[in-house]
Amino acid sequence: MKPDISTKVGPIEFERPTMLASGILGISLEVFARLYKDGAGALVTKSLSKEPWDGYPNPTIVGVKSGYLNAVGLSNPGAPYFAKMIESNTTVPIIVSLVGSVEEDFVFMIKQFENVKILGYELNLSCPHVEKVGLEVGDDPNLVRKIVKSVKSHSKVPVIAKVGLGASDYLETVRAACESGIDAITAINTVRAMGIDVETTRPLLSNKIGGLSGSAIKPIAVRCVYEISSKFDIPIIGCGGVSDWEDAVEFILAGASAVQIGSAIGEKWTGVFSEINDGISKYMEKKGFSKIKEMVGIAKKF
Amino acid sequence: MQRNSNKPLVVKIEKVIEETPTVRTLVFSDEVFANVLPGQFAMVWIPGVNELPMSVMITLEKGKGAFTVRKHGVASTSLYNLKVGDYIGMRGPYGNSFTIKQGKLLLVGGGTGLVPLMRLLIFLKKTNEVTVLIGAKTKEEVFFEKLANQLLEHNKHQVIVVTEDGTYGKSGLVTDEMEKLISEKKFDAVYTCGPEKMMHKVVQLAHAKKFHVQASLERMMKCGIGICGSCCVGEVLVCKDGTVFDGDYLLSNKEFGYTHRNKAGILENY
Repeated sequence: MKPDISTKVGPIEFERPTMLASGILGISLEVFARLYKDGAGALVTKSLSKEPWDGYPNPTIVGVKSGYLNAVGLSNPGAPYFAKMIESNTTVPIIVSLVGSVEEDFVFMIKQFENVKILGYELNLSCPHVEKVGLEVGDDPNLVRKIVKSVKSHSKVPVIAKVGLGASDYLETVRAACESGIDAITAINTVRAMGIDVETTRPLLSNKIGGLSGSAIKPIAVRCVYEISSKFDIPIIGCGGVSDWEDAVEFILAGASAVQIGSAIGEKWTGVFSEINDGISKYMEKKGFSKIKEMVGIAKKF
Repeated sequence: MQRNSNKPLVVKIEKVIEETPTVRTLVFSDEVFANVLPGQFAMVWIPGVNELPMSVMITLEKGKGAFTVRKHGVASTSLYNLKVGDYIGMRGPYGNSFTIKQGKLLLVGGGTGLVPLMRLLIFLKKTNEVTVLIGAKTKEEVFFEKLANQLLEHNKHQVIVVTEDGTYGKSGLVTDEMEKLISEKKFDAVYTCGPEKMMHKVVQLAHAKKFHVQASLERMMKCGIGICGSCCVGEVLVCKDGTVFDGDYLLSNKEFGYTHRNKAGILENY
């Protein structure tokens, strides 16, 4: 019998374990529909703010050895515009990523999506290159508590917190989110980084400092998923440098119930989702697993 | 060591050619960028200013490529103002290219949209019969007419310039001239690049005659590599699925010819 690659992340069910990571390709509903057709189990939107944001001037993304540096600056059309854009959607499983500084920002945005069919929200507590949001929020467990409690009390759908490596211990951010009723954790975001062009002696990104993504951060992300899974009883979505089925399986063995894919789309384009899904399926068949949940976190037993 | 095409390759500008009072061509040396396919582009870094998607212009010298830029916004004006010896960076080359057909070919270009079409000309066989339609606002903004004739000297060809104010060549819109032309003559393929409204019309006209037609599109771009999503047109990404699309597809895309997205991703009308 063919293994079942559907998965559950807390209360959220997915047909397939690979999702589009936030910040990637998430501007039009048509692109979401295409990626869903091409194998993504769910699509996480760009992080939406209350108002439209232009982001930083280019260069916003450059390649480095085994990854990318980016400081896009959270460009997005704003929650009200986006909610309107996807209001007609009934078929594509969408998770809405939200970014803000205080509880009121998030509550305002949740109101916009009240009558829109979505799987859940992912709170961006980890963008490493924009002031007063993302990691600066995630670095403050008390603020995380307030935001998560408030979002949970207003949202009718499950809420995920996306954490990353900031100035404080990220496990404290996870703890704050878990104690405030979060439904799941996505780990991790890009890792604060920079690059300099030696010819012009200038920083490569217009914002100078950005986030590192891609294969370079995968072992760090696997470690974080393993740590969170070891310390907390919370469903986890693994994110960071997944580019083939082996990477995805590694995250699952570390404790993730699903994975998100971002940078790999740059190299493998939209076929990356079905490629990884098929690889996971073949691995399960070979190893005798019939469901994803049988594999989740089994590396912890050693 | 293999080159990382996603990291800017920094080169010095070796020559600046004045094409018109608002358009310049900046020449540099690099084998890879000198030999890109027609329709492919580079993300051009103007250090300290911005980075822009640009089609790579041909030169008549081996191993040299160029960028032809019209001064318009802050970034393009900064690029336009660079001097010999200044640095630019280039990521890429990215994107697909025109499918080269044989027979009677019609190329319709406006402004710096002529750049990929000039590159297309150097890929054509001598047996093709080629018509190039060049659109410009006014006489002093006409460029690449001489170059097109030079590149086609061994082909049966004609280069027709159309100015909107009638100060040079034929008078009117380049698409009006195309309409006249295709009412009398059959083409095996039509290629276009330029302002989107112009391309939309070109695609509609060619499609109505059942000619094979392709257009090279432009959109606001950030990454150029299929990650940021800024350049989406409906379900396709110009950087990764394009820049060249078949006319049949484009006419089925509800954004082509009508809307584009701004930096925040909000649809705006052309």
